[in-house]
Amino acid sequence: MKRVFGRPKSMKDAVFHYCPGCGHSVIHRLIAEVMDELNIREKVIGVPPAGCAVLAYNYFDVDMGEAPHGRGAAVATGIKRSLPERIVFSYQGDGDIAAIGTAETIHAANRGERITVIFVNNGVYGMTGGQMAPTTIVGQVSTTTPGGRDTNRDGAPIDLSEMLAIANGSVYIERTAVNTPRNIARTKRAIHKAFQVQMSDLGFSLVEILSACPTNWKMSPVLANEWIGSEMTKVFPLKVIKDTTTGDLGAWK
Amino acid sequence: MSEKLLMRGTHAIAEAAVRSGCRFYFGYPITPQNELTEYMASALASLDDGVFIQAESELAAINMVIGVSMTGKRVMTSSSSPGISLKQEGISFLAAQELPAVIINTMRGGPGLGNIAPSQGDYFQATRGGGHGDYRTIVLAPSSGQELADFTRMAFEYADHYRTPALILGDGMIGQMMEPVVFPDPIDPASLPPKPWVLDGAKGRSSRIIKSLILDPAAMEEHNWKLFRKYGMIERELPQAERFFTDDAHLVTIAYGTASRIAKGAIKRVREMGLKVGLFRPKTLWPFPARQLRELSRLVSDFLVFEMSTGQMLEDVKLALEGRRRAHFYGRPGGIISTPDEIAKVITNIYYRQGLDIEA
Repeated sequence: MKRVFGRPKSMKDAVFHYCPGCGHSVIHRLIAEVMDELNIREKVIGVPPAGCAVLAYNYFDVDMGEAPHGRGAAVATGIKRSLPERIVFSYQGDGDIAAIGTAETIHAANRGERITVIFVNNGVYGMTGGQMAPTTIVGQVSTTTPGGRDTNRDGAPIDLSEMLAIANGSVYIERTAVNTPRNIARTKRAIHKAFQVQMSDLGFSLVEILSACPTNWKMSPVLANEWIGSEMTKVFPLKVIKDTTTGDLGAWK
Repeated sequence: MSEKLLMRGTHAIAEAAVRSGCRFYFGYPITPQNELTEYMASALASLDDGVFIQAESELAAINMVIGVSMTGKRVMTSSSSPGISLKQEGISFLAAQELPAVIINTMRGGPGLGNIAPSQGDYFQATRGGGHGDYRTIVLAPSSGQELADFTRMAFEYADHYRTPALILGDGMIGQMMEPVVFPDPIDPASLPPKPWVLDGAKGRSSRIIKSLILDPAAMEEHNWKLFRKYGMIERELPQAERFFTDDAHLVTIAYGTASRIAKGAIKRVREMGLKVGLFRPKTLWPFPARQLRELSRLVSDFLVFEMSTGQMLEDVKLALEGRRRAHFYGRPGGIISTPDEIAKVITNIYYRQGLDIEA
């Protein structure tokens, strides 16, 4: 019988530790599928963050070097500058990239570092138990915003991807989500393109992915994915935020 | 060996780094060591395989160091006291992940923003790990332009050999002074032995992981003991000290770096007066040359620790002497540079107060 579905070659044979309904496992799989399709598994070096996804190195069957909290873009810069022929990606959550690591991210984008950043936006600090993230939406309840995020006190959620789009060295930035099959397919396409941008030596690429955290949102997985569509995308619209690529970067399979 | 060159201290470190096969430097401006960063900027720009980034912060710089070190290449960053404080998170990660790197601290007056005058106030930070967790870093304390060059080469070799970060602890004085330097022959980075643990893409092999997260307490404990055993090996193999006029000394001054240069001047003066005074100069601050000092203490009753701080190495001296010998102290913190005459007076006072002339 013909095998029609299986584990991507770029993934290890391991069971995810992520909570039921968490978007990380879907996103991991998409990245691994893209690595398989581009046939780059032996050239990729990944940089996992501090946060739930720190254990990403247990799942990707590629070389991985753990970064201190927020410093993914700087560690990835060091790796890429040392090995320009390798394909380097960092995998970062919203607190990691848009709070503690804002400076490293903006400057890596501005230098046009040839790295790909996978930015998983679930609007909370997941691993530490659901505190307010820089991307928590106004009114959203978290353990540190028990009455909901208040713009006067907490500021508005930060549009990091839009900020990065201003940087001269960023080439391709897209915001997607993994809440529906359609959006999952779009996310995979975006990851594919982001890696292609790096492989074409064009500059900095980033995919922001809206992802559910049912545990900390205190919602069922189904409701959490619906909430992404009904609430989160109002603040973080799904779109190509920046794309200065021209011509064909290679066919999408 | 190359010819003798007259060079500023910071330049000597930079040139020695390049000649040690270092092709990667990341730094952020801070006085009094900007000449080092600037030298690396032009030296690496002139090499095909050189990479220099002026980082957006000390945090970014040390994390770029981590990234390069993961790929196995020789890499360096440098800063001065407040900037080294910012690097401590990354230094803790380097130690935990067993990654080699060379870090230069050109110490200035502190705490806080302090000033830009020479100081030795970062001894505790350098020798006690500096960041969070149970670790140590190799700390070398050069006292001349020649040693800046030699110790820089040693720092790269020790860092690679032991897979741990190595610090060079200098100060604004030693960094700015111009002295003659003869550099060791340059090393071609391609000639360095390959490191079997690096991240370079898992071609034809399973993936490698460099990490410091170890959630299982038993495994975390074992990792700490593994590091501890490595540090024990370093403590056995590495301690180095210079002895200067100690053979017949009744009083031995203990000082490192710039303070040891001042102390030498003072000792020459008091020797002319007939006082039997010597100098014990640690070249490695961690590991501290405790065994060498204990050996010396069999023959010497009184020691004078002289530091450009309120007394930090003093603690290591007391630990080494185990209360069996008198440890006197004289220090000037905050960027004050004592004169040899001032130290000669301190030495003379202690010498006669303790009756060392009579015992003789």
